[in-house]
Amino acid sequence: MRKRLAPYLLILPGGLWLAVFFVVPMVILITLTLQSGNYEEGFKLTWRWANFSDALTLYHTQLVRSLLFALIVTALALVLAYPMAYWIAFYGGARKSSYLFLLLLPFFVSFVIRTAAWKFILTDEGILLGPLKHAHLLPQNFHLLATPYAVIGGLTYNFLPFMVLPLYVALERIDHDLVEAANDLYANRAQSFRRVILPLSVPGVFAGILLTFVPTAADFVNASILGGTNTTMIGSIIQTEYLTFNDYPIASALSFIVMAALLIGVFAYARALGTEEVLEVSGA
Amino acid sequence: MSKRPEQKPQRPPIIDPALLRGLTQPRLSRRAVLMGAGTAGAAALLAACGVQGSSKPATSQGQDAVAKFWAGKSKAGVLDFANWPLYIDVQKVGGKTVHPSIEAFTKQTGIKVNYKEVIQDNDSFLGRITPSLKAGQDTGWDLMVITNGGPLEKLIRLGYLTPLDSSKLPNFNQYASPRFKDPSYDPGNKYSVAWQSGFTGIAYNPKLTKRPVTSFQDLLDPAFKGRIAMFGDILDTPNLTMVGLGINPETSTVEDWKKAADVLKRQRPLLRKYIDNAGEADVLSSGEVWVSMAYSGDIFQLNSSGAPGIKFVIPKEGAMLWTDNMCIPLHAKHPVDAITYMDYVYVPKVAATLAENIDYITPVPGDKQMIQQDAAKASGEDKASLEGLLSSPLVFPTEADLSKGHRYRILTPQEQTTWNRIFQPILQS
Repeated sequence: MRKRLAPYLLILPGGLWLAVFFVVPMVILITLTLQSGNYEEGFKLTWRWANFSDALTLYHTQLVRSLLFALIVTALALVLAYPMAYWIAFYGGARKSSYLFLLLLPFFVSFVIRTAAWKFILTDEGILLGPLKHAHLLPQNFHLLATPYAVIGGLTYNFLPFMVLPLYVALERIDHDLVEAANDLYANRAQSFRRVILPLSVPGVFAGILLTFVPTAADFVNASILGGTNTTMIGSIIQTEYLTFNDYPIASALSFIVMAALLIGVFAYARALGTEEVLEVSGA
Repeated sequence: MSKRPEQKPQRPPIIDPALLRGLTQPRLSRRAVLMGAGTAGAAALLAACGVQGSSKPATSQGQDAVAKFWAGKSKAGVLDFANWPLYIDVQKVGGKTVHPSIEAFTKQTGIKVNYKEVIQDNDSFLGRITPSLKAGQDTGWDLMVITNGGPLEKLIRLGYLTPLDSSKLPNFNQYASPRFKDPSYDPGNKYSVAWQSGFTGIAYNPKLTKRPVTSFQDLLDPAFKGRIAMFGDILDTPNLTMVGLGINPETSTVEDWKKAADVLKRQRPLLRKYIDNAGEADVLSSGEVWVSMAYSGDIFQLNSSGAPGIKFVIPKEGAMLWTDNMCIPLHAKHPVDAITYMDYVYVPKVAATLAENIDYITPVPGDKQMIQQDAAKASGEDKASLEGLLSSPLVFPTEADLSKGHRYRILTPQEQTTWNRIFQPILQS
């Protein structure tokens, strides 16, 4: 009897935690998406499905932009992170943990401060653009801040470690004997990478992409600090709708649209990669 | 709020009341608690399926209610004051930024002021504090500065402000300009007294624009592409645009709002960015932006702090004229300290200090003489700047200037939602 109960008892604290702080708010949010009214006079459940279409009509540009930015950022982060993780995993030697520590060091500084630091670097007459402009390598009118480049750059920088770490974990677990075996069987370096290392690191790639794409799509810090007009992301919109205008139905509808878009994307992607790989990640 | 909580003596209980209750009341069986929790949970969920409104019919705050509220209230010695950036006198003393007028207040009254520049725009500040007010809780602020034209009226309508006791405002009664007394948005100054008033117009850097800017149309000039800034504020930006189109905001309709929205949409590719409140001073002085929507006082301050000859204009189509008001949110912990401060800034000498430093339209006409005296005493640069202040139409506007200032239309909650949904997708593009 006691044995049969044990697993449930183990799940209980975490389960309760999730029930209270995740499920209940979710249910409230779902009902909010179908309400109408305003903050002063109150909202009533009127099954107003038009909240979803209203939210989309008002903010589809920002939604599409967020997903697009997230895609670009994820691709950039993958390209930047893979060699880095590969190098640390295979050539890091005794200093592996020091390198990982260096990678994590920026996390000791607030996210907002790190993003604001980018603002100083990218500002029109700042340390990056100032000298280039003085040397007439760039037109005087050139600017990076308030452009999508700045936002994408900032996002890539901020979420890069989320890509590196899972990649590193996956690559680090690869048995070096396998690579050697491939070499023994006359695989050259490119072939052994493509046929052995890359397939074995796919779970890391999957986790990395997930950990980068999802928070990037919902980020609201980078766009508001580094962006200008035409760079606002959906996270900022949801934040303003909730906290400034208290327009709860639209904000909740938007949240659910984003959530649905992300879930559909993630599942499609998991299907494409094969479910087993995904399970392997969760086992990792 | 129609019913005010009874005033209880503010003595900290020696024993935690929860503990006391536990010790003195029968304990519920676990089963009862669980059942209760289940019912309460279900009830909470049901209640959550609809967010209750907070609109209360504005009850006539009779003298009795006011007297009852203030009776027995006494000075706490602390004041939590929420204000906007660049909106008070500042001095650097030994590397530390101090506000002399506040220091003098503390010296005079013994009230320590926690002065915080936390209000970037009305809506986001109100968005933060209204959930507390709605829940009947203290917002953490005793005094805040809120603009008329919607935000202040909304607070009054919802009954979220503490009614003021006129007898505690002798300086206001004696020295405030008649123009600032008994305003249409708060008849009889029942809930608020003015902090400062000013224009929202256009500022530009003549060295960079290479021509004078006179009209709202200049904010739409492709020649300034990428060098134009507007406020990200959902109150002033749409309203100034309507004024620019020759629409009187006070009588504007949804059709007019859409017209303004179209103009703002067209303008967007020309913009550098939508800026925060007081952000125009930064972007104009750095040269990042050539032409910007601006608050009159900010630009005057920018220039008097030795910066780069930025000019402020009231566009020929007109400008927005607003008044920022001091008010006390409901459930404030230190209301007596707050009202003491409200009255303090109406002492002409204090008002003069503020006017000399922040250069908005002062609600105390008597301070003009004070500034004249100061100017007579001063010499050199100080004298020039004080004389500039005295002759500035932005600080002491003429009737002609004031007639170019437009007032806001007060929106109902439904209209407010429509307004937000028209303009917010543009401002957060």
